[in-house]
Amino acid sequence: MMPHDETMILETPFHSRCLALCEINLWEDWKGYRSAAAYTSVEQEYFAVRSNTGVFDISPMIKYRFTGPDAGAYLNRLVTRDISKIAIDRVAYTVWCDDKGHVMDDGTIFHLGENDYRLCAYARCLDWLMWSAEGFDVTIVDETAEVAALAVQGPTSCAVFKDMGFVGIENLKPFGITRYPFEGSEVMISRTGFTGDLGYEIWIEPALAEAFWDALFAAGKLRGIRPIGSAALDMLRTETGFLQAGVDFIPAEEAIRTGRSRSPFELGLGWLVSFDKPVFNGRKALLKEKQEGSRYAFVYLDVDGNKPAEHAFIYAGNKEVGTVTTAAWCPTAKTNVAFAQVDATYGKVGQELVAEIYYERELKWTRVMAKCTVIEGAVFNPPRKRQTPAPDF
Amino acid sequence: MINTEKNYDVIVVGGGHNGLVCASYLAKEGRKVLVIEANQSLGGASATAEFSDQFSVSSCAHWLFQLNPAVASDLGLTKNGLELAARDLSTIALAQDGHHLTIDGDKLEGAGISEEDRKAFVAFNKQILKFCKLLAGAFNRRAPKLVEGNLTDRITVAKLGLGMKMLGKEDMSDLMRLALINIYDVMEENFDNDLLKGAISLDSLLGSHMGPRSPNTVYGYIYRRMGSVFGFNGPAVVKGGMGAVGQAMANAAQASGVDIEVGAAVSKINIDVDRATGVTLADGRVVNASLVVSNADPKTTFNKLVGLANIETGVARRVKTMRMKGDAAKLHIALDSLPNFTGLSEQQMGQRLVIAPTMNYIETAFNASKYGEYSSAPAMDISIPSIHDASLAPQGKHVMSVIVQYAPYELEGGWDGEKKEAFKQLVIDRIADFAPDLQDKIVASELLTPVDLEERFHIHGGHWHHGEISLDQILMMRPFPGASQYGTSVDGLYLCGAGNHPGGGVMGLAGHNAAKEIIKRGKSA
Repeated sequence: MMPHDETMILETPFHSRCLALCEINLWEDWKGYRSAAAYTSVEQEYFAVRSNTGVFDISPMIKYRFTGPDAGAYLNRLVTRDISKIAIDRVAYTVWCDDKGHVMDDGTIFHLGENDYRLCAYARCLDWLMWSAEGFDVTIVDETAEVAALAVQGPTSCAVFKDMGFVGIENLKPFGITRYPFEGSEVMISRTGFTGDLGYEIWIEPALAEAFWDALFAAGKLRGIRPIGSAALDMLRTETGFLQAGVDFIPAEEAIRTGRSRSPFELGLGWLVSFDKPVFNGRKALLKEKQEGSRYAFVYLDVDGNKPAEHAFIYAGNKEVGTVTTAAWCPTAKTNVAFAQVDATYGKVGQELVAEIYYERELKWTRVMAKCTVIEGAVFNPPRKRQTPAPDF
Repeated sequence: MINTEKNYDVIVVGGGHNGLVCASYLAKEGRKVLVIEANQSLGGASATAEFSDQFSVSSCAHWLFQLNPAVASDLGLTKNGLELAARDLSTIALAQDGHHLTIDGDKLEGAGISEEDRKAFVAFNKQILKFCKLLAGAFNRRAPKLVEGNLTDRITVAKLGLGMKMLGKEDMSDLMRLALINIYDVMEENFDNDLLKGAISLDSLLGSHMGPRSPNTVYGYIYRRMGSVFGFNGPAVVKGGMGAVGQAMANAAQASGVDIEVGAAVSKINIDVDRATGVTLADGRVVNASLVVSNADPKTTFNKLVGLANIETGVARRVKTMRMKGDAAKLHIALDSLPNFTGLSEQQMGQRLVIAPTMNYIETAFNASKYGEYSSAPAMDISIPSIHDASLAPQGKHVMSVIVQYAPYELEGGWDGEKKEAFKQLVIDRIADFAPDLQDKIVASELLTPVDLEERFHIHGGHWHHGEISLDQILMMRPFPGASQYGTSVDGLYLCGAGNHPGGGVMGLAGHNAAKEIIKRGKSA
């Protein structure tokens, strides 16, 4: 692959295959990589994941590898979750904070073996990781370009893998990791994803990427397999209540204006913060916040009507109390969902608020004051997401 | 000694002068205080050591010129044994041709000094003293925080601001202009005489990793001259060497009820997730206390005693980026009899002698250290304390103590026996240019590089100020933002050493201010 200084935009190891299938040529830049926003039509891709199998090329995701005797202790100081509880061959979703307790990013930690971890992140943060390594015996490598990865998501995904010969894949529990031989080497499969559905992510050396893609699509042909782009993924993650860094929060190191970054509590991610472990970045500030209260609350809203409440102001009575960060009509859940940041005193489940939505039809702008209700969480949360053995469809 | 029956309120890690001062003030407030010192002697870099049979010398700092009078009086240091063998000494800037320049307070003599220079020097001193007085108002109290200023901090800022206004328009604009330029330019603006310019420049950078053309040297000079506000009109020689200051402070501390354990190294400051709980000694003993006050420098405190893994990344990063590279060595010479410095009487040899013939001489000496080499023609600050204090050497014999600038901590390839010997010989030869019979009088000698100073005094980088004194590392930025009021990110852990506001030198104010802050915070400390 071409290094970054020789090209304006990099191609992923699956690029030849993505290119062949990207009928509408709709590309975007994902952290320096050419990545499909959509291949055919967004709705079709969305429904591929909800009804069959959708494949999303996640190779551009930033990946760091941590090895050495202090790798576990290092990560435990870096992130808010208690890493000592993550067994080998398990994956954990977490956030990591700066000293102020504000979220720098969210991502997943893969416990690959004894003193061996991978962190998948939204943003590059090697400088922060290196600074954090002072005092630890840990080796950190950016392996973004060394690992090709696909998200294979949807009700038929397990069946497709079985057809590929991955015997026993149905027994892999959510957040588990397993490995299978492939073309004389190995493919690592984790039961993880960003769609809230039954699904997996596969991790493979770049040289085998195209061969894997071909085998996957051959096996999935009769099960409606389809590549999907980021636009469909955005609908999927909204429906299942997943936050997107850079959209639902500004990573603390990227925030220029004071007060724009958020703590895990303010993002509804307090469950990721473990005070039962040794010192970690943000601990002191977060303890204080827990005692003294947060500035903001993160809420899921069920919005009346079918107009997505994009960028809407949120009111409690006549008082403006927050804004929407993500909004979409969710086709499977048949719900108009919005994620919003509101003042901490608002947002109890069941509370009624109002979204001020502007939308345009043929150059005519209309404003609706849509009633919305604070709901508990994801509007799409099927049993198959959790079932082990994974069901066959 | 450690009293195992006592539940100590405070453990002070390190019995340096600031640690002892801090301990004394806390004990006077009724706190049960234990000071733990790794070395056998107390006072830290204010030390006396026998380096050859019956020859003793101040082994790090060798002049007393900044000791704060309030601290000295509160601790009753005179009563506790502090005695000056000589005080208000002149500085003599040596010239190879014997036409030296004597600087005695405002007076300049010799070296063909011009009337213009004499007048300019009086005016210069007057202005510097004004700046020192202004700063003094902020030295004996904690530095204000940049934001969230409470009343105490606002008063400090207001005093500084008002003080600056009161300087008058010219001095105020001069201060703002001078503070950010370098001593070389200031000297060129004011004086003609090379020896004068060299001597003042040397004072602006002793102990630092800076040359006359480096920014921050003007602040360095004002800092050095703070003694003028504290009642010193030139350096003093302490009877028994600088170790006697440490001993007097230790006596004072013990008189206030402080327990002192010497020869016991602290290997770890114990932290129970959110709070310091005490210390673990190298021999495995654990001592608990509700507060731990570290007199060790900030890097040693966090790197070694706390462990960077036990603090948050942001703080670890600030510890790491603190500038703290020692660049001065100490040379100690045992002399069979006094050498003959060309053009100096014995009385004059008892003054402070400096070798810094021109500013370019110092800058050239500095150049080498920038690239990891020692100076081939170093600048020096020389003391022959035995002229005033016969107790330091056998009858009729003498000791010479020399601060040698520059000897980088990170010497290319590292300091080894061979390089040390070569550098020592080079320094002796250089002094011999001014005292031709020196070589014949030498009985023994010892060179302490910054690496040796680090090992002996447990100061990271061998930097005797516990961190460069420069505008980015003073006031609310000393030792680093977020730890500027003696407290740290670890609850119950305080810093009281020279790495904190106002800074290094045997002054005692860092320890004083830390104690006051701890007392002020009361139960919430």
